[in-house]
Amino acid sequence: MTWIHDEAFIQCLYIIAFALFIYGLMGLTGPHTAVRGNKIAAVGMAIAVIATLLTPGMGNWWLIVLGVAIGTVVGVPAARRVKMTAMPQMVALFNGVGGGAVALIAWVEFRDSDGFAGAPLYVVIASLFAALVGSVSFWGSNVAFGKLQEIMPGRPITVGKLQQPLNLLVALVAVALGVIVVAGGHAGWLMIGLLVAASALGVLMVLPIGGADMPVVISLLNAATGLSAAAMGLALDNTALIVAGMIVGASGSILTNLMAKAMNRSIPAIVAGGFGGNGEIAGASTNGDRAVRQTSAADAAIQLAFARQVIVVPGYGLAVAQAQHAVRQLTGLLEQKGVSVAYAIHPVAGRMPGHMNVLLAEADVPYEHLKEMDAINDEFGRSDVTLVIGANDVTNPAARTDRSSPIFGMPILNVDESRSVIVLKRSMRPGFAGVDNELYYEPRTSLLFGDAKSSVHDITEELKAL
Amino acid sequence: MLVQNLAVLVLAGFVGFAVISKVPNTLHTPLMSGTNAIHGIVLLGGLVVLGLGAEGVLNKILLVIAIAFGTINVVGGFLVTDRMLGMFKDKKKDVSK
Repeated sequence: MTWIHDEAFIQCLYIIAFALFIYGLMGLTGPHTAVRGNKIAAVGMAIAVIATLLTPGMGNWWLIVLGVAIGTVVGVPAARRVKMTAMPQMVALFNGVGGGAVALIAWVEFRDSDGFAGAPLYVVIASLFAALVGSVSFWGSNVAFGKLQEIMPGRPITVGKLQQPLNLLVALVAVALGVIVVAGGHAGWLMIGLLVAASALGVLMVLPIGGADMPVVISLLNAATGLSAAAMGLALDNTALIVAGMIVGASGSILTNLMAKAMNRSIPAIVAGGFGGNGEIAGASTNGDRAVRQTSAADAAIQLAFARQVIVVPGYGLAVAQAQHAVRQLTGLLEQKGVSVAYAIHPVAGRMPGHMNVLLAEADVPYEHLKEMDAINDEFGRSDVTLVIGANDVTNPAARTDRSSPIFGMPILNVDESRSVIVLKRSMRPGFAGVDNELYYEPRTSLLFGDAKSSVHDITEELKAL
Repeated sequence: MLVQNLAVLVLAGFVGFAVISKVPNTLHTPLMSGTNAIHGIVLLGGLVVLGLGAEGVLNKILLVIAIAFGTINVVGGFLVTDRMLGMFKDKKKDVSK
């Protein structure tokens, strides 16, 4: 049985593993094959781990078992129990610990080799890159988690105009310490300083970013962790790490770009921060004295009951209020009454692209009732009542008409073409773009204020009583 | 060895671009979660460095933490993705009944 410890055999297992990753990811591109794709990738991971454990000369078995056991005990219940609405912050947390692992390994490499003494230059550079990016990802992800979990305020926290120079300074400190190590510095504090500076950079980068931009940031950090894993692979000469890390780096970059595009934001603008969430300043000037038409749950129920075609536009507010089951109940009741109901899903509705589909699928909304933006935009003209639940910027007609608006050019749902619109909203506060929504002042629009879940619940009760 | 690894790195990047750019919007969240699980491969780094003999108590503690982190990333990532996707699958089954 010596052949199982053979270097070539282990390398072959790695090749099988990353082939399975790629095959699995290909499966993830379609709804029919996605579940299988994920399982295939998981099998690939199991093979990669087994191959690593077969490496000749492995020891410290008890400690390895200990680490894996701790990880399993923490990870499995967390993944099992997390609510579907809390998924984005869970992904942030899982991403963060990955980055943290990379940084820790790089640190140990430094300590073990006495400051990379005698290591080839590329190993030093790759390890330092992994340490830096891994730390940024770890702390950045934790801040993102804190904001989404509402442990921290979701609004941007900045030091004003000094934010960019400060971030740059901290980044330069981290890089400078790295350069000293590359030039032959062996002192332990150099590496610790680099890790501390990179950690500070991670925190400083994510703090100024508003809660609504967080998905893009998580996606960006996901790509960063992938790249740091690939760098670690170069340093450790491990093919599986290089391939898997790089694939994640590439896919994460694409996903980040897609999300940013759908919001009509550029990635540099999001990272520059300070935009998402501080809407009061821009909004207050315009909505002060303009009147909106308020409605009651009873009126809304009557309007809905006598409609033929209803389109539901779910948004961020629905996700926050966890109203997906209540909405499903309401639309189920409407369907019993012979009302035809469709859901209009904006590409960035909710907290991540596709997040709204996941939430509504959880509440047993039939898959074919979920219409993507391009498929449903022409149907708003035929909609008797459009029910907007906690969506704001994605319904703002200013994106089509007002060149001066910050969201001009963003693809939106043509809610304003419907015969009537009911908007469920917590308050008149503008959305994350900080712009007032003309839709609310239209004569056809009425607003029902309150938490999305309780508003939907009230309408359902009124509907039952009809 | 470096040149070979760099070639693998670049090719893997292109594979990533090619495979991922075809994903429908609906599956972006599960995809992000799935790729997130895959970069849990850093677990391997922790295993190699610890298994091939790290010296010193602090080093060992750091590596155990790194392995625990990597395991959380892998196990949690795949489970969460499976849960999200499972809901789509059940829907399909109900429809076909």
